[in-house]
Amino acid sequence: MRRLLIGLAALLPSIAMAGEIIDSAGRRVAIPDRIEKVFAAGGPASILLYVLAPELMTGWPRRPREEEKPFIASPYRDLPEVGMLTGRGGSANLETVIRVKPDVILDFGSVKETYVSLANATQQQIGIPYLLIDGRFEATAASLRLLGAALGKSERAEQLALYVEAQLTAVDAAIAQVPATRRPRVYLARGPDGLETGVAGSINTEIIERAGGRNVVEATEGQRGLVRASIEQVIVANPDAIITWDRGFYERAGHDPLWREVKAVREGRLYLSPTAPFGWIDRPPSVNRIMGLVWLAGIFYPQQFPKDLRDQVREFYKVFYQVTPDDKELDGLIAWSKGTAPPRR
Amino acid sequence: MVERHGTAETIAASPHSRPGIVVALAALLVLVMTSAVLVGAYPVSPGELIGTLGRFVGGAPRAGQIDTVLLEVRFPRIGAAALAGASLAAAGATYQGLFRNPLVSPDILGVSTGAGLGAVLGIFLSLPVAAIQALAFFGGLATVALVYVVAAAVREREPTLVLVLSGVVIGSLTGAAIALLKVLADPYDQLPAITFWLLGSLASIRKHDVLLAMPLVLLGLMPLVLLRWRINVMSLGDEEAKALGLEAGRLRMIIIAAATLVTSSVVAISGVIGWVGLVIPHIARMLVGPNFDRLLPASMLLGATYMVLVDTLARTIARVETPLGILTAIIGAPFFLWLLARGRRGWE
Repeated sequence: MRRLLIGLAALLPSIAMAGEIIDSAGRRVAIPDRIEKVFAAGGPASILLYVLAPELMTGWPRRPREEEKPFIASPYRDLPEVGMLTGRGGSANLETVIRVKPDVILDFGSVKETYVSLANATQQQIGIPYLLIDGRFEATAASLRLLGAALGKSERAEQLALYVEAQLTAVDAAIAQVPATRRPRVYLARGPDGLETGVAGSINTEIIERAGGRNVVEATEGQRGLVRASIEQVIVANPDAIITWDRGFYERAGHDPLWREVKAVREGRLYLSPTAPFGWIDRPPSVNRIMGLVWLAGIFYPQQFPKDLRDQVREFYKVFYQVTPDDKELDGLIAWSKGTAPPRR
Repeated sequence: MVERHGTAETIAASPHSRPGIVVALAALLVLVMTSAVLVGAYPVSPGELIGTLGRFVGGAPRAGQIDTVLLEVRFPRIGAAALAGASLAAAGATYQGLFRNPLVSPDILGVSTGAGLGAVLGIFLSLPVAAIQALAFFGGLATVALVYVVAAAVREREPTLVLVLSGVVIGSLTGAAIALLKVLADPYDQLPAITFWLLGSLASIRKHDVLLAMPLVLLGLMPLVLLRWRINVMSLGDEEAKALGLEAGRLRMIIIAAATLVTSSVVAISGVIGWVGLVIPHIARMLVGPNFDRLLPASMLLGATYMVLVDTLARTIARVETPLGILTAIIGAPFFLWLLARGRRGWE
């Protein structure tokens, strides 16, 4: 097979095939020698590509919002919107992809059969190599290295992977000393009414559990991902901390008589997650979640992680997003991420 | 008004009408609601329930979390379930009579998709919950108004047929607008919220939701109750109604406006709940016959009972909420097939 591909490459001098990469799905993908343009198939892939090699980007799946732009390096913050090839709300036109003429299409996320078949079909249809990279949080460092090798950016990938591994090791070491029963019980409040949440083990809450929190919504048979809860269930679960990124809900919950029945709200442990330039918890589930891990570990275990959040944000944004937000921007970004004052009675 | 009596007697003479049934249905509703109060995530014993009720009636200060759970969460929610079930069933019974077709549901003129579009727009614009509800309410009203205006502009000899067709066309356009907003929405944030809203849920019901929807529902029910005899006549057909001296067009408009107000008010707080307005009037008709005078209260009581039962399931069968739309379809669809299979006896 390999010989055949190299033979083919010889027949097509314009596309210099460098070699072959075995992607996370175990697919052998022939990729060109020099890669100048990469098309990210969805939100998670675009962030992975941005942190690793922004100069290869062809656009964003969705145009960054105004409030997100200060945290994305110039000129990449102004790249055009090109849509998504896969995942929720796929909207990219194959002809758009062809017109952009990427050397490689990159998808970062599930490597299950659906995505493998999609990748194979697209690759065959438009003749552009299609890489599938494992998007599980645990695989972040390995995925960075794999893509780095594929794109010829191994050095940068190694730098980021080492950072990720250092954070994971630090968190693991800290929570290893805390017995499961003493770990904080956490509820993720999503949606305008705060009653949308993710069950334990789902991609939406993975990062909370990884940072040593216990999701109060335990996984039950047949339920995965996002679910709805009722306020009664939240009152009964009585979480120690509530994480949300919905500003409207955050502002209301503090003086809502029903939410005040919940310990977390009463004790001012309702935390608003920053969302710029990308979510810290999810939205989308990509390497941006490393920042969420650092943040949550600090919230859950302040003694083990006494470092100032501002410094950590500054460092992460510099290393990963290659931006240096000023003090005002930083304050705006992390306002309320340290919890609320106990609500007025 | 001799004609009116004549018609009423013909219909009332059907062997199904037994007034005792309505009383029995009311008793069943009370029983189901009381039982529903006692189950849920927060454990409540009958003694505690009586204690809370005592404090509430006596105006005593609240004694801890149990009072909050019962008075602020469970009572409003069960009340909302009953209100939603009664309203959807009332609108369904009305439309089935008005359109002289047992397969008609309250959604036929696009009220649910219109409310859906309003709510989806609210979620898309990241508006607070109250604004989402308001948009849903007015979305439902506006869509039906549009359907009515379009149908009125088409001068046809079959006004109900034109109304239904216009409802189908505008309903499908509204559906397309919802789909467009779903494509444009943030897939990690807004899309799940939209999906959950379109599946219906009473999980976030508050006391003020019920207090806001209730007067609107009553306002809509009033014309239906007052016009119950005329709705009977309408169900005989326009020609007959005309022969009996009724002005079919204006009456139809009032009835549609009333039923739309009722449906829109509850859909705004509950999200889209299918099947109830279609199936419940059938069962009611089997029990009390087609006379709207009895069919309306029987449908409302049955609808309320059914909805309280389904919502109790929704909040208890899993550790998290089960969307109402899923449960009503799973229960309603097979039941409806069974009704179809056993023939149209209930209708005739």
